[in-house]
Amino acid sequence: MTNLNELYDVLVIGGGNAALCAAITARQTGASVLVLEHAPREFRGGNSRHTRNLRAMHLQPTATLTDSYTEADYWKDLLDVTGGKTDEHLARITIRGTTEVVRWMEAQGAHFQLSLSGTLNLSRTNAFFLGGGKALMNAYYLTAERLGIKVAYNTEVKSLRLVDGAVQDAVAISEGVPVTVQAKSIVVASGGFQANIEWLREYWGDAADNFVIRGTPFAKGVLLRNLLDQGVAPIGDPKQCHAVAIDARAPKFDGGIVTRLDCIPFSIVVDHEARRFYDEGEDIWPKRYAIWGRLVAMRPKQIAYAIMDSKSEKLFMPSMYPAIRANSIGELAQKLGLDENALEKTVREFNAAVQPGAFNSGSLDNCRTAGINPPKTHWARVIDTPPFIGYPLRPGITFTYLGVKVDENARVLMSNGQPCANLFAAGEIMAGNILGEGYMAGIGMAIGSVFGRIAGRETGKFARN
Amino acid sequence: MVICNSCRYCEGFCAVFPAMEMRRSFSSGDLSYLANLCHDCRGCYYACQYAPPHEFALNLPQTLARLRAETYAEYVWPRLLAGLFQRNGTFVSLLTSLAIALVLILAASLRSSALFTPRHAEPGAFYAVIPELAMVGVAAATFGFAMLALAMGFRNFWRDTGGGPVAQTRSLLQAFSDVLTLRNLGGGGHGCNNRDEAFSQNRRYAHHAMFYGFMLCFASTCTAAFYEHVLGLVAPYPLFSLPVLLGTAGGLGMLIGTAGLIWVKVQADPAPAAKAMLSNDYALLAQLFLAAATGLLLLILRDTRMMGVLLALHLGVTLSFFLALPYSKFVHGIYRSAALLRNAAERPTK
Repeated sequence: MTNLNELYDVLVIGGGNAALCAAITARQTGASVLVLEHAPREFRGGNSRHTRNLRAMHLQPTATLTDSYTEADYWKDLLDVTGGKTDEHLARITIRGTTEVVRWMEAQGAHFQLSLSGTLNLSRTNAFFLGGGKALMNAYYLTAERLGIKVAYNTEVKSLRLVDGAVQDAVAISEGVPVTVQAKSIVVASGGFQANIEWLREYWGDAADNFVIRGTPFAKGVLLRNLLDQGVAPIGDPKQCHAVAIDARAPKFDGGIVTRLDCIPFSIVVDHEARRFYDEGEDIWPKRYAIWGRLVAMRPKQIAYAIMDSKSEKLFMPSMYPAIRANSIGELAQKLGLDENALEKTVREFNAAVQPGAFNSGSLDNCRTAGINPPKTHWARVIDTPPFIGYPLRPGITFTYLGVKVDENARVLMSNGQPCANLFAAGEIMAGNILGEGYMAGIGMAIGSVFGRIAGRETGKFARN
Repeated sequence: MVICNSCRYCEGFCAVFPAMEMRRSFSSGDLSYLANLCHDCRGCYYACQYAPPHEFALNLPQTLARLRAETYAEYVWPRLLAGLFQRNGTFVSLLTSLAIALVLILAASLRSSALFTPRHAEPGAFYAVIPELAMVGVAAATFGFAMLALAMGFRNFWRDTGGGPVAQTRSLLQAFSDVLTLRNLGGGGHGCNNRDEAFSQNRRYAHHAMFYGFMLCFASTCTAAFYEHVLGLVAPYPLFSLPVLLGTAGGLGMLIGTAGLIWVKVQADPAPAAKAMLSNDYALLAQLFLAAATGLLLLILRDTRMMGVLLALHLGVTLSFFLALPYSKFVHGIYRSAALLRNAAERPTK
């Protein structure tokens, strides 16, 4: 068993991508490193085990990335999705950091592959991990073991004792036994609070009970709350999060990628009263998939239904759950538990509003509606060819954006603006510094990797002084 | 597999995933095809976010190995013998012991005087122990039958997984190279997972040693036949003759390869393995190991009085190997090659 009683140079709290990036980087500077992971070994890696790529800036084509993706392109995309709610300085550090991070990851045993089929055409912007995020985490843990980093699983850190902006020690429960752990400096990389439904209820009320948590059930935000309670500066709107619309039949936690549905641009989406509520064809899916979680979350009962006909069936990646099929709209309504007349009326009105156009699933086409509200501005085709198909949708929360404020060295800031002496943060717990709202694929891993590396570098320096 | 198809993170590991993605639903023939396309590198198990203890408890290598074991029984010819795959380890070991006993008894009764007589490895020495006609006749008959049964197995598999002609040279060449390099036994290029999350090329190298060793031994047998029937040179041959050189190199390769594969298997993490397949695996590996070991021993001791017994042993093991051929794990080579051929044919050209 890992010895938790000795004094380590660096204590890393969390076991995902940001945590391991910090731990490995710190260890490579010569520091002794202890990693405390809440999950058991089988579920180690936090949300990173469900990820699959990292958005990386690059100036020329690489083995796994096509074309180029400059700082300006990256910054523009980020500005676009966050609506300007970002810290430009920290964002640009992240963006620049991604140019070297892919190479660094490969040096730690990570493998990349050519971009996957059916994945939102990201081969220019995103580097894909061979085998996905769990394979990446396996590589990191193997490297950590080789480097002599100590890892304790089943160890949840409950609190950090902050005195005058310096962490004295950490109180944890390891394998059910309370322990106090001491280290010269600390990296918190323990994720958001998305798996803490009680906490979500503070902002969302009863609606939170209908949220599905796509990732790890261990992200309870225990340390986040502990730090905020001790006067650490908060960042980010507590209601903001990365949320997508997923199959309502998904398990409450840890369903990961297989519950997602990419069918919305080729469907109409209705709420529990069978009414449409948002333009399903507003923009190409990679630019819109991350808004639908919130849209569904804000509907009554937090449920919605994607309705399409057989023309659209093969245009998107299937979820692991079977499509619900029927030979008439009425029958489909019945199977979905919707009012038959209401759904028939919605489909009839939608069909009547569809304008002629040349359908093209791959680009912004000219198939749109006229005279209804909300409109569907692209990919609008009449729903008339049985079998008719429906999928139930729920908000799927990936991670929350409320976090701790950090500076450019990943150092945690107190509410009075003073930096903590020996406390650093990386990953979801500080992603809100850069992501004020919205999301784009692979930015979470980018922030975690770059700030994990910075936190590792800084704690390494700290240990030497 | 529906889960795999909506995840696709493992796409880069091997040919199974892209082949899976070409289908939205799976017939039993599709499943046979995918199961035999899988080389059991287990990369997808360790990378899988849904592997047990996740509630989806996805264990693709184990599922495919189980299916694969079922296909061996399903496509066997004649169908009557499907049961032999039920307890394959028992069957193969019984057959091996019986074959050894049979050859020993025959040698003892036909040429009792020759079996323990010390003699030098002069031409014709082997036939003094086992009559030429018996040796060649039995070998030709068992080999011929095995080829027929394997060909029928191939036909059954090919028909069930979709049939159709394979005319394109490109596909044939691609499949041929996939078989010879075990390209798919590499988890995308860096090896298999044996004990845990770490990758290793050991299994692939061991299989190469065994496979090419086997091929060299086969080549040795063919050149020996050529020497004897065309050139009129009678075995045993001198140490530096082609058949002996090929056989020695091949035997060593098989010895190292089979020992390596057994070692990998013994140490392997049992979680992604299918129990149903293990007895098949060990049985064939043990047979090949014994064949190589007795062959090499025969070469070393052929100038001693042990030669007769060792020759009988070696021939006994070899006989059992060819008798069991269509009913042992050896068939995986046929079905996997067929699956690779189908894969090469259906893969979109780039």
